[in-house]
Amino acid sequence: MKQTASQTVGPYLRIGLIYGEPQNDLLQAQTIGERIKIVGVVYDGDGQPITDAMVEIWQPDANGIYNHPSDPLNEQADPHFRGFGRSETRNAGTYEFKTIKPGGRDGQAPYINVNVFSRGMLVHTLTRIYFEDEPANADDPVLNGVDSSRRHTLIAVPEQAGNSPIYRFDIHIQGDQETVFFSPE
Amino acid sequence: MTKLVTYNPLDWARHPPYLHPPYKSTVKRSPSRPLVPLVQTLSELTGPVYGENEIHPLDNDLTKNSMKTGEPIGERIIVTGKLLDDRGKPIPNALIEIWQANACGRYMHKVDQHDAPLDPNFHGAGRMLTDKNGVYRFTTIRPGAYPWGNHSNAWRPAHIHFSVFGVNFLQRLVTQMYFPGDPLLPLDPIYNGIPDEDARNQLISVYDHDVTQPEWALGFRFNIVVCGPRQTPFE
Repeated sequence: MKQTASQTVGPYLRIGLIYGEPQNDLLQAQTIGERIKIVGVVYDGDGQPITDAMVEIWQPDANGIYNHPSDPLNEQADPHFRGFGRSETRNAGTYEFKTIKPGGRDGQAPYINVNVFSRGMLVHTLTRIYFEDEPANADDPVLNGVDSSRRHTLIAVPEQAGNSPIYRFDIHIQGDQETVFFSPE
Repeated sequence: MTKLVTYNPLDWARHPPYLHPPYKSTVKRSPSRPLVPLVQTLSELTGPVYGENEIHPLDNDLTKNSMKTGEPIGERIIVTGKLLDDRGKPIPNALIEIWQANACGRYMHKVDQHDAPLDPNFHGAGRMLTDKNGVYRFTTIRPGAYPWGNHSNAWRPAHIHFSVFGVNFLQRLVTQMYFPGDPLLPLDPIYNGIPDEDARNQLISVYDHDVTQPEWALGFRFNIVVCGPRQTPFE
């Protein structure tokens, strides 16, 4: 069978996709791991913030285990962490997530999968958030496979350390600072 | 490390390109550099799992889920179909979310300033999980066409937005369902961003008299196909 074509989410995605408990807060009281906040702005090719985008994230728990039956270690996954979040961008194009720092796995540095949707995007884009303060980045096969001049676009930078670290991860859909977007083959 | 079953990539013969200048917003919102190939890992081959307890029984009936003073205005319709992977296998327990304009072509959203009435009894959002056979079914109001600012006298054909989760992050899909015989389809730059004619036709729902309920509502069928597991030489 042939795949159904993608179409844009359009400007009114909040009607259908933003509802219920805040979907950008992945934490429960008992969630295990280091609590962090991830903030960023989604920019267009003119460097203007995109105020009607949506960012979705998917990540493993603090031990690098996914809350999904395809993970062979699924039974050990933190039952208080689903790992999925969704944030619309606000007036300044900002999105925000409250989550935990994911664990690394199988020799990979820790990272979070990201899908970006927006009016004007006929197909969403896939990228990853890595963390600047992770020594494992140096040997990560995916990071090392990316052109060194663009690698920084995949790395979230700590803005505030301490008990509640904040990482900044801006997303540039197009332009000189264009974020690396992936095609999973 | 367990060997993972990888999935077919996006079929770019079916999907629109990021840049489609007749749809003006794509000009500054399309990646200009080639996508970087990525070997599929556990992170792409997993995704959020939802349970029935997260869905309210009225969530799939848009004619009832936001009633305040009475029934919403407009032509009541049933939209149903199957969620399948591209090997033809139905995908059960998958979250499908929809949103749409009301019968007059107006969205319940502050940015929408189209001079058409809002319907206090129609919010225009629904969600449900596919059943064990991959089937979903919504009751709603047929949405109206509406003008937009893309070019002079631009009108979007009537459509319903669909957001689909499969079993993993690779099956994520957002699309739009259209209606058969809509004269606005050949004029719409979003629909026509899809280069392949057959792929465009696939987004048009089919009127199905067997879905139509007597004295109640017209029925439309719309199947959705997302990527499936790769065929291996051993199968």
